[in-house]
Amino acid sequence: MIYLDLFIGFLKVGLFAFGGAYGAIPLIRDVVLSYGWLTDDALTYMIAVSESTPGPIMVNLATYVGSSQAGFLGAVLATTAVVLPSFVIIIIVMSLLKTALKNKYVQAILRGLKPCIIGIILATGVFMISSNIFPVLKGNHAIFNVKAALMSAVLAGAMYVYKKAAKKKMSSIMLIVVSAFVGMIIFAI
Amino acid sequence: MKKNILTDLLLTFMKIGLFTFGGGYAMISMIEENCVEKKEWITHEEMMNVTVIAESTPGPIAINCATFVGMKQAGFVGAVVATLGMIIPSFAVIYIISMFLDNFLEITFIANAFKGIKIGVGILIFDAALGMIKKMQKKPLPKAIMICSFAAMMTINIFSLKFSSISLMIIAATVSLVIFISNGQSKNGGEKK
Repeated sequence: MIYLDLFIGFLKVGLFAFGGAYGAIPLIRDVVLSYGWLTDDALTYMIAVSESTPGPIMVNLATYVGSSQAGFLGAVLATTAVVLPSFVIIIIVMSLLKTALKNKYVQAILRGLKPCIIGIILATGVFMISSNIFPVLKGNHAIFNVKAALMSAVLAGAMYVYKKAAKKKMSSIMLIVVSAFVGMIIFAI
Repeated sequence: MKKNILTDLLLTFMKIGLFTFGGGYAMISMIEENCVEKKEWITHEEMMNVTVIAESTPGPIAINCATFVGMKQAGFVGAVVATLGMIIPSFAVIYIISMFLDNFLEITFIANAFKGIKIGVGILIFDAALGMIKKMQKKPLPKAIMICSFAAMMTINIFSLKFSSISLMIIAATVSLVIFISNGQSKNGGEKK
């Protein structure tokens, strides 16, 4: 039954997808292709759409596959399934957290994990910015995207000036909206 | 009162859900801004803890964070409401796209807007990391772990190696734990503020 398949398939994705959506893509591909819900091409396209639309990529993919396979109810079931494991795990972790956080070994582990995650996030940011500016074409010849470089510089500059002038950080939402508009103009020229 | 916090949770997370492009890391700065600075629902320290927990547990980071904040503010119902708030915008957007727009990304001005958003998201994530570095303990060990993780992750990204960030985290946790134990129990875990 398609509803049950969708639920179980995406429960698997939600339960075993560690380390964010990009780490989860191989797993999602595995589940989606093995049930025959999407072709490889359709999946690649859908990952692009999920990355570009707001919200967690896994949730977006689940909604899309669910809706394309079994309409609204399918979308609801697939989305619920993909979210359920993390929801339950956090509820359980939180009930254990208060005592666990006082444990000195847990604290030692957290002291190691925090700077590690900061390093990973920093690397993700740096890599995203540089792969926008130097998109790699097939054949591994790096090319230089002048418009993207210009836009990155202008956005970063605008953020810095705003912070100095308004004495507070530009809100992320404002930055996203500005980027969308600037992108519409600069990439259309 | 209780009703107000629920509405507040729902609306705040809907806002975060609607403007979170490009996955979990971009969302961290959004949550930090709204839940730590504006609403003061959680502290920066708690935010770092959730990020660590979210990264080490399965599922979308955004969902983990929403559940955590909701649970802390208004118990189980709060957790449900915040998580729903986080999902509703993307659910609605994708549902509409899947119904009506087959070639969504081929519409030129939409594609261009997304190229722009991608650039903005890169800067947002970079900025979030800088903010965290500023608030980090200025001690040799965290600094060293941060720099090594950064270098390792860059290498993984550039050469698209099949080495997950989870493995990096396990290594960092192990190193920190081993150093703590080998330093002797005399120092205790008093480093945390």
